[in-house]
Amino acid sequence: MEAMVEMKGIGKSFGSVEALKQVDFQLNPGEVVALLGDNGAGKSTLIKILSGFHSADRGSMAIKGREIDFKAYDVTVARSLGVETVYQERSLGERQPLWRNVFIGRHRLNRWGLIDVKREKMETMELLSSVLGLRGAGLSPDASVETLSGGERQGLAIGRAMHFGADIIVLDEPTTALALSEVGKVLSFIGSIREDGRSCIVISHDLGHVYKVADRFVLMDRGSTVGDYRKGDITPEELMARMIGLNGEVKP
Amino acid sequence: MRCLWESHRRGILVTLGLIGLLVLFAIASPRTFLNPRIYRSFLSTIPVTAILALGMTLLVVVGEMDLSFPSVCAAAAYVFAKAFLATGSGAVSFVLAIASGAIMGWINGLIVVSIGVPSIIATIGTQFFWRGLILLLSDGIALSLASVRGTDIYSLFVGRMAGEIPVQSLWCLAIALGLALLLNRHPFGDSLLFIGDNRKTAAMMGIPVAKVRIKAFILMGVLSAFAGVLATLELANWWPTQGEGYMLLVFASVFVGGTSAYGGEGTIYGTLIGAIIIGIIEAGIVSAGLAGFWTRLVHGLIIVVSVSIYATMARRPQDR
Ligand SMILES: Nc1ncnc2c1ncn2[C@@H]1O[C@H](COP(=O)(O)OP(=O)(O)O)[C@@H](O)[C@H]1O
Ligand SMILES: [Mg+2]
Repeated sequence: MEAMVEMKGIGKSFGSVEALKQVDFQLNPGEVVALLGDNGAGKSTLIKILSGFHSADRGSMAIKGREIDFKAYDVTVARSLGVETVYQERSLGERQPLWRNVFIGRHRLNRWGLIDVKREKMETMELLSSVLGLRGAGLSPDASVETLSGGERQGLAIGRAMHFGADIIVLDEPTTALALSEVGKVLSFIGSIREDGRSCIVISHDLGHVYKVADRFVLMDRGSTVGDYRKGDITPEELMARMIGLNGEVKP
Repeated sequence: MRCLWESHRRGILVTLGLIGLLVLFAIASPRTFLNPRIYRSFLSTIPVTAILALGMTLLVVVGEMDLSFPSVCAAAAYVFAKAFLATGSGAVSFVLAIASGAIMGWINGLIVVSIGVPSIIATIGTQFFWRGLILLLSDGIALSLASVRGTDIYSLFVGRMAGEIPVQSLWCLAIALGLALLLNRHPFGDSLLFIGDNRKTAAMMGIPVAKVRIKAFILMGVLSAFAGVLATLELANWWPTQGEGYMLLVFASVFVGGTSAYGGEGTIYGTLIGAIIIGIIEAGIVSAGLAGFWTRLVHGLIIVVSVSIYATMARRPQDR
């Protein structure tokens, strides 16, 4: 089967900081890949290249078999190819109503080119009750994002991605800074991505959070990928030992 | 009912404020405020500051400021006056004036967005620059446009409809309506809101942040030019210090109207009512028999009180 994402020899520097040295990365259909590594390993940079926010200095990338020309690639193009990212930093406008957040950058327009607010609010309602369940059904599309909990925000952003038909969904540290009960919610959102037959990349520096939901684990360290394991081939203890080994800088 | 209050409480409050003020003035000086003449006068003066305040509202929403607009008004009106005296064509002069406003706004946008100078500083600079340039070019001498009276452009923009209503008030209403649609119902307005809320988020969600910010400055330049032309037409006269009194009035209108100084939210309706409140205060004070010096004090008081009310209503968490 053709890979959803195929990145080869990706390099990226910010001034004198070489964030990515030479990274190969692959995402297969229906797969949930956990991208693991310490802070500063280059995980966010790698997925920002995938989502069109940064462009790579070197290397090649193909999405669903289509070669990407980095010069003509940005967030909008990435979205049109089905790549949707929920960033570690806030990917929602805190003071804007929920419905504006769902449709940011791709509003439903009527024939005068104006936003079809009624339709957007209706779709937002459906999205809220399908993603956030009872809690979502009790929310108004006019409520502001400030009224959501951390897990609910991740849920809204994930639901938004699925609503627009994204099939390569990238989550950057979705569980960081969340209470334990909220972490459980986010993991179940990730589960629903897989159930839908879509592919997903979850970035984390906490293996405990993502071990259950991931099919494959890619380890990154200081700008390179240093390990790639299927779930059946490695125990969580071994994986943990590899990660700690990296942190302790006693690489094999 | 409760729901209406929840979603429109700022608009309702500012409207009640205006009504209260009108009642107060009507009681204090019934001879002035129960006579239509004063309202005709308001309808010819308030549109100029209101149009400026409407444009400023969009800039404040996107998280920027423009302090250069008084000079942009005067400079664009100078272009209008010069072109009219040279060509006698109202249409040509108008197009040139608006284009010059767009260019001045675009230059503000480039300095702020492309070079990265904070907008307050950048536009203080351009404010001095354009004022200095027109003082130089005009030698500080006013231009009389007596011949513009009675021309098409005069009737179109500052004529009297049915012999009574100053047409500029209708232009102002139309602009307010257009900008309200733009802000609340158009993707451009949506981009303004998200950029003002969190510029980084907006960029990550695929909004062309730099382009939108520059366009907001251009729009302010165009509206400043229009306001300058209105002021010049109304008096059939251009003068080199034109616009200098507008700064306080315009910002007061925006913030009294309920637009947040933090960016990311704003109300066109509120600004319109705010501009009316600010615009009637001077007449109200003078006709109540107080000295004109009271005006500033009352303006200041109204700004502080209204902004404090909004801040209390917003009840933001302290960590912001
Ligand atoms: N926009 C940027 N400008 C400069 N340096 C950056 C930028 N983004 C990331 N970096 C640097 O690149 C390296 C990798 O960062 P990042 O990809 O965020 O790591 P991770 O997500 O794995 O914690 C770090 O050294 C970081 O400081
Ligand atoms: Mg990161």
